[in-house]
Amino acid sequence: MLKSRRVQRLLALVILAALLFTPPLILLADQSVDGSFSWLAAYLFVSWAFVIGLAAWLLERRPEE
Amino acid sequence: MGAEVGVFVAAFGYLALLFVIAAWGDRRAEQGRSVIASPLVYTLSIAVYCTAWTFYGSVGRAAEAGPSFLLIYLGPTLAMLSGPLVIRKMIRIARAQRITSIADFISARYGKSSRLGALVALIALIGITPYIALQLKAITLSHAVLMDYPVAPGGPASTAGFLSDKSFWVALVLAVFIMLFGTRHLDASERHEGMVAAIAVESLVKLIAFLTVGLFTVFVLFEGPVDLFTRAASHPPLQNALSLSAVPGGALGWVSTLLLAFLAFFTLPRQFQVLVVENVDERHLTRASWLFPLYLLVINVMVIPIALAGLLLMGSDGDPDSFVLTLPLSAGREGLSLFVFIGGLSAATGMVIVETIALSTMVSNQLVMPLLLRTTKRYQGLHSDLSVWLLGIRRGAIALILMMGYLYHALIGDSYSLVTIGLVSFAAVSQFAPALLLGLYWRGACGLGAGLGMLAGMAVWSYTLLLPGFAQSGWLPLSFLEEGLFGLAWLRPYALFGLDGLDIYSHSLLWSLMANIGVLVGLSLFTRQNHLEQTQAALFADARTEGVDTPPLWQGQTTRGALHDLLRRYLGTASTARVLATVDAPHDRGRIEISTAAGIGSPENGMEESASPQLIARAEQALAGALGSASARLLITSVVRGEALDMEAVLSILDTTSQTLEYNRRLEQKSRELARIGEELRGANERLRELDRLKDEFVAMVSHELRTPLTSIRAFAEILRDSRDMPEAKRTQFLEVVVLESQRLSRLIEEMLDLARLESGRLTLQPHPLEMVALTRQGLAAVQHPIEERGVKLKVTIDLDEAWVIGDSDRLEQVIINLIDNAAKFAADTSPVVLLRLARHQGHVRLSIEDNGRGIAPADRERVFEKFHQLEQHSTASGQSRGRPRGSGLGLPISRGIVVQSGGRLWVEDATTLSGASLIMELPEAPQDKTMLATETPLPPD
Repeated sequence: MLKSRRVQRLLALVILAALLFTPPLILLADQSVDGSFSWLAAYLFVSWAFVIGLAAWLLERRPEE
Repeated sequence: MGAEVGVFVAAFGYLALLFVIAAWGDRRAEQGRSVIASPLVYTLSIAVYCTAWTFYGSVGRAAEAGPSFLLIYLGPTLAMLSGPLVIRKMIRIARAQRITSIADFISARYGKSSRLGALVALIALIGITPYIALQLKAITLSHAVLMDYPVAPGGPASTAGFLSDKSFWVALVLAVFIMLFGTRHLDASERHEGMVAAIAVESLVKLIAFLTVGLFTVFVLFEGPVDLFTRAASHPPLQNALSLSAVPGGALGWVSTLLLAFLAFFTLPRQFQVLVVENVDERHLTRASWLFPLYLLVINVMVIPIALAGLLLMGSDGDPDSFVLTLPLSAGREGLSLFVFIGGLSAATGMVIVETIALSTMVSNQLVMPLLLRTTKRYQGLHSDLSVWLLGIRRGAIALILMMGYLYHALIGDSYSLVTIGLVSFAAVSQFAPALLLGLYWRGACGLGAGLGMLAGMAVWSYTLLLPGFAQSGWLPLSFLEEGLFGLAWLRPYALFGLDGLDIYSHSLLWSLMANIGVLVGLSLFTRQNHLEQTQAALFADARTEGVDTPPLWQGQTTRGALHDLLRRYLGTASTARVLATVDAPHDRGRIEISTAAGIGSPENGMEESASPQLIARAEQALAGALGSASARLLITSVVRGEALDMEAVLSILDTTSQTLEYNRRLEQKSRELARIGEELRGANERLRELDRLKDEFVAMVSHELRTPLTSIRAFAEILRDSRDMPEAKRTQFLEVVVLESQRLSRLIEEMLDLARLESGRLTLQPHPLEMVALTRQGLAAVQHPIEERGVKLKVTIDLDEAWVIGDSDRLEQVIINLIDNAAKFAADTSPVVLLRLARHQGHVRLSIEDNGRGIAPADRERVFEKFHQLEQHSTASGQSRGRPRGSGLGLPISRGIVVQSGGRLWVEDATTLSGASLIMELPEAPQDKTMLATETPLPPD
């Protein structure tokens, strides 16, 4: 059974991920520098990897006492 | 032609390999050594989410609609991250109620309603058929690309008649394969472990194939990612390819596609199958929650490079959906293309296998069985063994589903791209989401609302997505699209009520979910649930407490024989025996084993006994696992007379159980606490005993110490009393001994008093700034003479001019004298030397006194500070052989007590210059300004 603190942290992570993946945050990344590509895709991949890393860290730690 | 044969051999070889893996997985499962019991395999099986749509369609979507292809994977990422909260709950409920599909789940939640189950099954059938068609299309199309390159694959294949249409044969082969694969067991309720193992392998194959073609594109066709991106950036048509402006619907379309993928991940029948039904251990979910998003991330990394490369090299005439194949083909790499084809085949077949099995279970349990049960005049009408029927129905359903997929593909499929078809399916199955997710958390959601809500949602979906599709395929007039139904502009399917400016999926999702949720919530708030519905709602919404099983819900009565007959008819003889044997109370287990051995069916063996509530519940669960909960309910009611428990009773049972659990937990905690306290008490007792022993030893030593001088005083005094004519010289000598011994006695008592004061903390020191160099010289002067008289050589090294510390000068002098005296006693027998050194060391004043004796073993170094320690050592080791005065054995403990009270330390080390031991005293140096004080407070006179 998950400890309730862990549940709260996980919930916060899901909310964080949802914020990172939606406007208005993605609009910030949707800009291009002097005619090259928009940064949007790169931003999405980076924040995606960040969220996965956080989740792995959160879920793989031994539950604290 | 040779190439064609090669492709066929590869494809069939691959399918055969899958079959072998599945058979192996099944055999291992029968032996109880499951191959799928690991979080990794669980994750890979969830990756059945990535279909041909991902494999071919993502590149196509990236080429046409920029980064929006990622939304299809970001949604599931969100869903999976919340898996430990949501999916875990679904797994627990499904396990407790033996649920076999999402239709079964929703039907069970809303009072085991067979109508609702049938509705869900129908919607799934309608919604998923295009999706299966998509996979068939992908297989056929990829095969055509592989064969006909560089000629683009031709128009609709159906014009040539279905017998020469390859997708028909693909569907047929897959149908046979899935029948062999998914319905091998007679016991239809078991999990499909072999299938899951094969799916996991397929997920691995498609991942590797996709990464390979990506790496090939980036590093062989181009010179690394930098080269690819700079060349693409300088290509004007690609300028906006990666920005949000390429996404249909803009920011709002972005959010609704994300929501669509999020909901569909929970409600796609195949995802429910692998996530919930095929889950072996709910703990696997924890790791899969981040590992599956990682899989999605990895399989998507190469999509953009491939799409850009395809657009650069193929130009506008290539079909972006097949870039993964045409890129290696254009470079002449046929081996690689074949591998990619196998990867795509993996993605497509994996989806078709799981989806078809999930759908066929729904069709047989939710559509066909209830119909059969209703039409055949109660269950009595069927005499034969129905478990064989059941498998037949499922096989028929598999064939039906694949043929529907084929027909859809042949008739309409060609007017859509891969992603479009997929999104239409997503929008259909997300109509389950309100009933499913609200039902999990809101007890008040009612079955009527769920059913009508889904119907309303589906109606909107058909009108805004399905019918326009028909119109585009030419089945309906196109004016329907442009002018709306009956020419009413506010009924235009892509701009309902005039809502314009959204992409078609956001538009459809918005209206359909609004209708769906509105009806569900509205009806739930204004209608009443029946008893069973209330019970099930409570069980679903509160299924959080681990270890609380579903309580038996039956109060009615029936005989074991009746239950047995019922079970045997639907599950077969072997399963029936297993079900009945595991529930029986211990006292009649023996009897059941006998009856099993004798061949079940003889009514003599307790078959007339009435069945316990547990047995009835167990039988219902077993039936539910095979037939779905609604049918199981129907069958059980047909043999059990009486009522099921109502919600209050069930809730009170649940409450009692969780209270008992809580009570147990507290008891356990208490007993652990008691054990810990007991341990502490035992420790304290040990310490007390040790102290008691030390006290006894101390008393014994003290009395011994006191008696020795007392004895000699008494002896000499008696001699003096009895022999009056003793020579004067002798008498004086004896009196001298008496005096000396008395002095020794009083010194001993003085020391013991000091020690007692030290230990009780009553020894009061008068600390003031004092100068150690002077104090040391003073102490030396006091002992130098007597020591040198005993032949001990005393060396002194004082490197300091002055060293100020804070302490009680009398007491510290006593310590110094004691240490020197002590060293002198332990110096070597021949040419004894004692070395005194006073120095500054890291903010401390350090006085070390060394001797050239035998030294002290490391183990004994702390023991010399115990009371009377040296006394023992001394008397046993060397006695008084050297004629040196004995100490009391209290000197070092007292010295240490004084030094510690003055804020310093006293310890033993190996001597650095001489060969023996070194006793070191360290006192913190007084702050510099204190020296000013010292001039006002001169040292006390000697």
